[in-house]
Amino acid sequence: MLSSLTPHLPVLQVVVPLIAAPLCALFGNRHLAWIIAFVAALISFVISTLLLGSVLDGSVISYQIGGWAPPWGIEYRIDAANAFVLFIVSLIGALVLPYARQSIEREFDASTHAYFYTCYLLCLTGLLGVAATGDAFNVFVFLEISSLATYALVAFGATRDRRALTAAYNYLIMGTIGATFFVIGLGFLYMVTGTLNMADLAVRLADVGDTRVTRVAFVFILVGMGLKLAMFPLHLWLPNAYNYAPSAVTAFLAATATKVALYVLLRFMFTIFQFDFPVQELTFEYVVMPLAIVAMFAASIAAVFQEDVKRLLAYSSVAQVGYMLLGVALLSEAGLTAGIIHLFNHAVTKGALFMAVGCFVYQVGSSRLGDLKGIGKSMPWTTAAFAVGGLSLIGVPLTVGFISKWYLIQASLETGSFLIAGLIVASSLIAVVYVWRIVEVAYLEPVPEGRVKQEAPLTMILPTYALVAASLYFGINSELTSDAASQAAAALYSVTDLVSEGAAP
Amino acid sequence: MMWDELTAEFFVGHYNYWMTTVLMMIGLYIVVSRGNLVKKIVGLNLFQTSVFMLYISMAKILGGTAPILTDNPNEVYSNPLPHVLILTAIVVGIATTALGLALIIRIRESFDTIEEDEIFEIEQQMAKNATSSSGDR
Repeated sequence: MLSSLTPHLPVLQVVVPLIAAPLCALFGNRHLAWIIAFVAALISFVISTLLLGSVLDGSVISYQIGGWAPPWGIEYRIDAANAFVLFIVSLIGALVLPYARQSIEREFDASTHAYFYTCYLLCLTGLLGVAATGDAFNVFVFLEISSLATYALVAFGATRDRRALTAAYNYLIMGTIGATFFVIGLGFLYMVTGTLNMADLAVRLADVGDTRVTRVAFVFILVGMGLKLAMFPLHLWLPNAYNYAPSAVTAFLAATATKVALYVLLRFMFTIFQFDFPVQELTFEYVVMPLAIVAMFAASIAAVFQEDVKRLLAYSSVAQVGYMLLGVALLSEAGLTAGIIHLFNHAVTKGALFMAVGCFVYQVGSSRLGDLKGIGKSMPWTTAAFAVGGLSLIGVPLTVGFISKWYLIQASLETGSFLIAGLIVASSLIAVVYVWRIVEVAYLEPVPEGRVKQEAPLTMILPTYALVAASLYFGINSELTSDAASQAAAALYSVTDLVSEGAAP
Repeated sequence: MMWDELTAEFFVGHYNYWMTTVLMMIGLYIVVSRGNLVKKIVGLNLFQTSVFMLYISMAKILGGTAPILTDNPNEVYSNPLPHVLILTAIVVGIATTALGLALIIRIRESFDTIEEDEIFEIEQQMAKNATSSSGDR
């Protein structure tokens, strides 16, 4: 019976959490809701692992929804690039749930927990859908499913701090503007090609050539996705949203949401637009790359001056998005590989860091630096996890952060730019400063009176350590990630394969 | 663009696109310039509606009817696909509006105002208090 499900795996991993989401709300019992959510997330994770395993050799799985052949029907198209993204998202999705169960107990009212799991699953559905689909308009629909769920998830933080509401509201305004820009871009693409299937779009756009309409479409999609992935200076929604959202939500979002948006951008830029037009190359060279470099410095410097650890890490996320975009903007296969490796590595690192901060919040009730004095003595395990994550953020050898920086610097040297390589190293030094600020407070300050030595519950520590272990394992044995990333880059780059297969009708 | 392209025909012929652009900019301007949170949502709606207009008008074929099967095989009909897409986009827009308004209700309950600058002041005050209180500990 299971084997008859195999051809439907691409759609099942999106459908399972989608169906599980309303079940959580219907049953209303938070324990039952958690079990449903966890099982659904686990199923998605297993499916995405199977999918990744079957496409790593460079093959492509095409699934026709409802049996309608592309380009008329909606197609789910799994290649190495999105299988890798699906794997990251579902991995984090399954890991955060056991963590969330205890974490949200202390952060908001038990009566709303079932709804929390509903929103969480909807967000997961949306993110998986965005990554899995091969239909451009479908991307928008799933993007909005995940975004709407995210706004609600951020607002769950309101019981702890009412500023979560305004953060969610601002995120909603900016996110919707971003999504609408994306739809405008799609509209222009549809105008000149008459298709929405990504592979078909790629073929037909190549025929259309460099016209004003395709340029406008390109810019709208770039800006729209730039808003969603917090490309500097379109990142203004991010610090507040990450800061005031419940800890579990922050850990989940920081590791997945911006990464999926980046994947969409890559898919459009490399697979659909293909850099046939000089405008795109110039945009990446003279707009995206400088902005990425400014992000690396400006956001890192902003992080240094934050008083709240969550906010500090949020600014660091903006800087890390800069690294990913820098890799992409080098416009070489090595650069793209570096960007995708960093996408994975940063997801693991930031997930671990935000989870550790969530453990602090669980015990101390605050993530402000002033309240975390001597936390290294009262919560040694959590703080150790945080320290390892911090080292990875800096890019110390034996952590995944080092692998990312290594590939990035290699890619920039390959294009002959010593300046960019130097800038990557220089901006990493700022990371040393902001990570040190936290480590200093945690280990060198005296423990305030009245705080007992107590760790966060095991269900929170274990997922944190799972990600920390991943960030060490992939830091030492980077074969799997670099293989997957270079396959993914090749899949994005190898337009010709896609064209010959996709242009059947 | 060549300047001799800018004929009266160019302006009249792209009437729907001019209107779309005007509405789009009005909507975006309201979102950016208004301090009232509800008005921002209204602006956002205008902005989204302009995109609906863009899609619907590109589906239109002069003299075309609704896309329904008739006996005439040469029937000229409008492209139904953008209509379907916009139906979806309208649903997304409504969900966004509903969520935005729900958030505004919660904001009003806990901040007692829906004016952006007043909320900003309250938040500044909160940030200041937090800094001084954690410094005492």
